[in-house]
Amino acid sequence: MDLAAGVIANGVLMGAVYGLIAFGLTIIFGVMRVVNFAHGEMVVIGMYVGYLLWAAFDGPPLAAVLPAAALLFAIGYLLQFHLVQHFLARPAHVQFILFIALALVITGAHLVVFGPNPRGIFSFASFEVYEVAGLRLDAVRTQAAAAALLIVVLLWVFLRASRLGRAIRAAADNRTGAAVVGIRIRHVYAVTAGIGMACAGAAGALVAPLFDTQPFLAPEFTLIAFITVILGGIGSLPGALLGGLLIGVAEAAAALVLPPSMKSVVSYGLLILVMLARPQGIIGSPEGAR
Amino acid sequence: MRQGAVLIAALAAVLACGPLVLDGYLLSLLALAFAFAFFGSAWSLMMGFAGILSLGHGLYVGIGGYTVAVGLVTFGLSPWLGLPLAGLLCAAAGAAIAWTGFRFAVRGVYFALLTLAAAELARILFEHWPLVGGTGGFFLPALGAGNVPLLSLRGGPDFFYLAFLVLMTAGLLVTLAIRHSRMGYRLMAIREDEDAARASGVPVLRMRIAVAALSGAMTGIGGGMFGLMNGSLFPGSIMGVAASIEVMIAPIVGGLGTVFGPAVGALFVMPVHELSEHLAQEAGVFGLNTLIYGLLVLVVVVFLPAGLAPSVARLLRGRR
Amino acid sequence: MIRISRRAALAGAGAALAAPATIRAQSAPVKVGVILPTSGVLAVPGQASRRGIDLAARMLAEAGGPRLEIHHADTASRSENGRVAAERLIREGCTVLIGAWDSGTTISAAQAAEAARVPLMVNIASAPQVTEQGFSMVFRNFTPANQLITNAVERIRELGQIVGEMPRTAVLLHVNDTFGTAIAQAVAALWTRLGIPIQIVETLSYAVTARDLSAEVARAKATNAELLMPVTRVNDAILIVREMVRQDYVPKAIIGPGSPGPYEKAFTDAVGRFGDEYMVCVPWHNPRNPRTPAVLQRFAREYPNERFELNVGFSFEAVEIVADAVRRAGSGDPAAIHAALRTTDIADHIMYGGPIRFDEKGQNPNIGGVMLQNQGQEPKVVGPSAIAEARAIYPLTPFRNRR
Repeated sequence: MDLAAGVIANGVLMGAVYGLIAFGLTIIFGVMRVVNFAHGEMVVIGMYVGYLLWAAFDGPPLAAVLPAAALLFAIGYLLQFHLVQHFLARPAHVQFILFIALALVITGAHLVVFGPNPRGIFSFASFEVYEVAGLRLDAVRTQAAAAALLIVVLLWVFLRASRLGRAIRAAADNRTGAAVVGIRIRHVYAVTAGIGMACAGAAGALVAPLFDTQPFLAPEFTLIAFITVILGGIGSLPGALLGGLLIGVAEAAAALVLPPSMKSVVSYGLLILVMLARPQGIIGSPEGAR
Repeated sequence: MRQGAVLIAALAAVLACGPLVLDGYLLSLLALAFAFAFFGSAWSLMMGFAGILSLGHGLYVGIGGYTVAVGLVTFGLSPWLGLPLAGLLCAAAGAAIAWTGFRFAVRGVYFALLTLAAAELARILFEHWPLVGGTGGFFLPALGAGNVPLLSLRGGPDFFYLAFLVLMTAGLLVTLAIRHSRMGYRLMAIREDEDAARASGVPVLRMRIAVAALSGAMTGIGGGMFGLMNGSLFPGSIMGVAASIEVMIAPIVGGLGTVFGPAVGALFVMPVHELSEHLAQEAGVFGLNTLIYGLLVLVVVVFLPAGLAPSVARLLRGRR
Repeated sequence: MIRISRRAALAGAGAALAAPATIRAQSAPVKVGVILPTSGVLAVPGQASRRGIDLAARMLAEAGGPRLEIHHADTASRSENGRVAAERLIREGCTVLIGAWDSGTTISAAQAAEAARVPLMVNIASAPQVTEQGFSMVFRNFTPANQLITNAVERIRELGQIVGEMPRTAVLLHVNDTFGTAIAQAVAALWTRLGIPIQIVETLSYAVTARDLSAEVARAKATNAELLMPVTRVNDAILIVREMVRQDYVPKAIIGPGSPGPYEKAFTDAVGRFGDEYMVCVPWHNPRNPRTPAVLQRFAREYPNERFELNVGFSFEAVEIVADAVRRAGSGDPAAIHAALRTTDIADHIMYGGPIRFDEKGQNPNIGGVMLQNQGQEPKVVGPSAIAEARAIYPLTPFRNRR
């Protein structure tokens, strides 16, 4: 069926976008077990960077990725090193409120500086479609999906091959052991946070043409990111991508048969199912749970 | 414990004089503060004693609110019956979630997200349920001239001030009672080391279900009253993530594991909301209130790790 | 015996003649409390409403109207704050309130207004229940959903006559929030009863927070209905149009039967010429009213980056209604203002419709609806013909021809 095929195909693309949004969270959650409920706000910062660069220079969204990532890396590093570091030993609910407060500050700042109006990026590029095998795939989502794949590969290579990457993985596996062998945990954590938030920023820049930037998009992104991460397996980048794809396709299918306003039921249902039946997520290993 | 009970009773007695000296605005503001103090006490039972984080307490506010409102308008059920019914339904919901978590060994952050998912699922279902009006909202009729507040459990600002004062006091007393009871010690044992507690013979599953049911029931009753105060209910605002977060802020800022924490927190948070809105109006900058509020909560969380209540207690003790 | 000096008598007579609009006995300004969501998720329409209030207050003061002192309260888009805001404003001495845009907040504020016997002038709120729950202090100068649909059907019928053709089938695509649901319910109740020969083949609802509407638009397209009737907010209107372009979905027309979104500046900025020819039936300002151009120009001067749309217009008009009531009441006493509001009868006003009057429930039954169509990325009134600024374009120009 033409309708179903098109909708599912788009669901796949959206799923890749969800995965992209979730990368930063899975890294931070996976390495430091920090419940960052301000994740969505980081994505929105990236979106504003994307919008501002377009408004100033009329460039394509891809051009905003590096500046957004760089800015968010700096924010993530500094935030982790100077603030969040002191909260790592504190209980989850305190971390939670810390990030909620940060989220309020960021949202308030956006509202004060940019106002509440949605900032749409108007470019003919955002209406382009690729016609592939009888399906219409829209260009912006396809580019974002491709970027998601690229980022997964790049980060995976970085974490496996580079010294810093190995240090991060060591710190994630066994913090005490890592400290014992001389890894500067505080610095490594800060870099991890920086990378995580850089991913969020890059995701924001890439989705700015898709979702019109405004201060209140954040909570939805945070929720989607958490669901994606748990479905896919905490700490796993391919897992985040798969989790995103699962949600994207499931919601698309749901929107075909249910009243579309109910389609989130499947995401939450999947989340509950996974948490009950396979808490480590699709990719995670059983010891990786909790 | 007797000292605590006396303190609570004294506090309640002093506050009960409110309607004699305060105007409608302060009464309404404090009514809201007392409401969130009560929600906070309820939420704190799970978190403070048993160490169980719930991110979905909006579920109970919503179920409670709708039970009482729909009971009243659609079924003619007096809120005097609606409120206990709300408590029962929410106790059942809380117990069900706790049992599910326990049965499938869902702990910590995962359990927290489970509660969030349950609340969101319920919200979406309520949004599509004609009986409660869906997203169109559920509305209570205006109060007529012959309204008797003690019968209808609705009235002016003085009524809701006193009603929520009663609830807040009850919440404080329940917290105090549990603190010094066997249930309280068992819950704290579970929080510290669940396996050791089980080994010592603590019935872990029963305790978790009990505290979740109690916490849910209290929140539900508060939710019922909250709906009566607002006059209308919408799933997104009464049981959404924002509502769940709002329930949590006061007790965490006030200080967990203390009896007065939620009350201190709520009495801090509400005026801060008003103050930041006032500052934003004066400055003529929209959104400044969100920024200021966030900053103040951030400051408290960062610099007062144990919350406000211990610092307030120290201040008061230092004065003597 | 009271001796009145000639000078005093002349001065008194002169004052009475020269300024019939000012209150003779008034010395202190009347405090008007305004409750709006100027921060939080409803900030877009909340801030737009605020602009209308502030503009009206300034223009009123310059025209020598009754002295009003506006006090503002921001509810941060949380409905429980409506009551507290109302109480605070009443404590500050406000004897009449305006607000609160969001139906939940309005009801919450109404509780306080009712208890304090202070009239509440509702500028915007579309839930029918606002004037159905028995509040005696509430007056609403905005159309509830049923009235919106009745007006919309009239406009669509007219459009059919002008262009000589009527779509035979329609699909209703609405956002699942308070307003969208109210409209969908009103359509379900009234559409066939109003006898319009357009068959609604399907009704689809989508969540407020949905960021991806491709499946929803695809389903709407698959119905092959000739008319798409979206009820949206501004964000989703943008998303829907983008999807329609991508999926090359070109119905004969897009007509929102009462919907925010397409007339907003954020929409026309975001989708440009792809948003043209999108129609919506809404209460709007009457372009033919002699006062309208001056108001629009003044707004454009003071808020050059914003648009004068219905949130602005109805908030503007709320202040004018309150001013009129205060003038006739001759005092700032809430009971007097309430009595004056009851007998409101304003024939000359800038929002389109019959004379402003309030029925026994406090609802103004005479508010009209216009048909707007985006042309050149600006909303233009294309119906009714008596006040039209432009001619409706029908059918829809395919998107691929608009590049």
